[in-house]
Amino acid sequence: MDANAKASRAMGAVLTVLALGALGWGLSRAGAEGLAFALFAFLTVGGALLCVWEPSVVRSAFCLLATFSGTAGLFLLLGADFLAMAQILIYVGGILALLLFGVMLSPPDMRERKLSRVVAGIVLVGAGFAFVAAKVAATVKWAQVDVLPPTETDGAEKIGVGFLAPDQYVVAFELAAVVLTVALVAAVYIARRKRTDLEPEVS
Amino acid sequence: MALGAYVAVSAALFALGIVCIIVRRNVLYVLMGIEMILNAANINFVAFSRFNGNSLDGRMFAVFVIILAAAEAAVALAIILNVFYLFHSVKPSEADFLRE
Repeated sequence: MDANAKASRAMGAVLTVLALGALGWGLSRAGAEGLAFALFAFLTVGGALLCVWEPSVVRSAFCLLATFSGTAGLFLLLGADFLAMAQILIYVGGILALLLFGVMLSPPDMRERKLSRVVAGIVLVGAGFAFVAAKVAATVKWAQVDVLPPTETDGAEKIGVGFLAPDQYVVAFELAAVVLTVALVAAVYIARRKRTDLEPEVS
Repeated sequence: MALGAYVAVSAALFALGIVCIIVRRNVLYVLMGIEMILNAANINFVAFSRFNGNSLDGRMFAVFVIILAAAEAAVALAIILNVFYLFHSVKPSEADFLRE
């Protein structure tokens, strides 16, 4: 068994332990809601971890699918149903499909990933993350909310009204529309082939 | 779930996005890392707005972040296409016209 296979087997073991630990912790902390939270959190973080880890670009892009879906689940748990829908529609349906088109450009270079680099990066950033998390847990006092306000059933309607009401976000909404139009037209203009590329060469 | 749990998930996602940008030698991974970082910011926005009396502001911010992420992905892919035509490679270290 070579080093790569060993490493991926170790990664699978780490992910399994992480998933079981997260699910157990969530179940013991907050019952069914905790279980759902642990599942979505594991999808989010585990997908990102695998995306960094995988040698092939296509697999990394599909691992990002788990991350985006997990984020949509977290939005649902937070009562933002419109955002969860938009997340799935735009990220999973749009950006991921766009990324997969980009993947077609990339030659299948299996030696691009250096295992030592990836492991060193994860360990280094993980150590920094743990340090900051310990500091935050020791010093920051989170505001205690005993009873959360109930989640709304008209969240999407509220966002729609917020977009169009003159005293709320209508200017930002119109600006976003202009930015989106300009960016997409510009992207098409940049990406198109020049006419000279298409004509056959005269020899 | 407590607010701290959501913030912890978001921080982990952000850190992994940074790793994704730094460690891999491919422009597409840079793009994926940026998407992860924007997602982490979105989780924070929504979580804080939920624990701040269900206010609308955080969710609005998240919607605008998603809109700009879509525009950014389209433009970045167009740039990657052009870089590939010019250099026949998607490695960021090989695009070095301006070095001389």
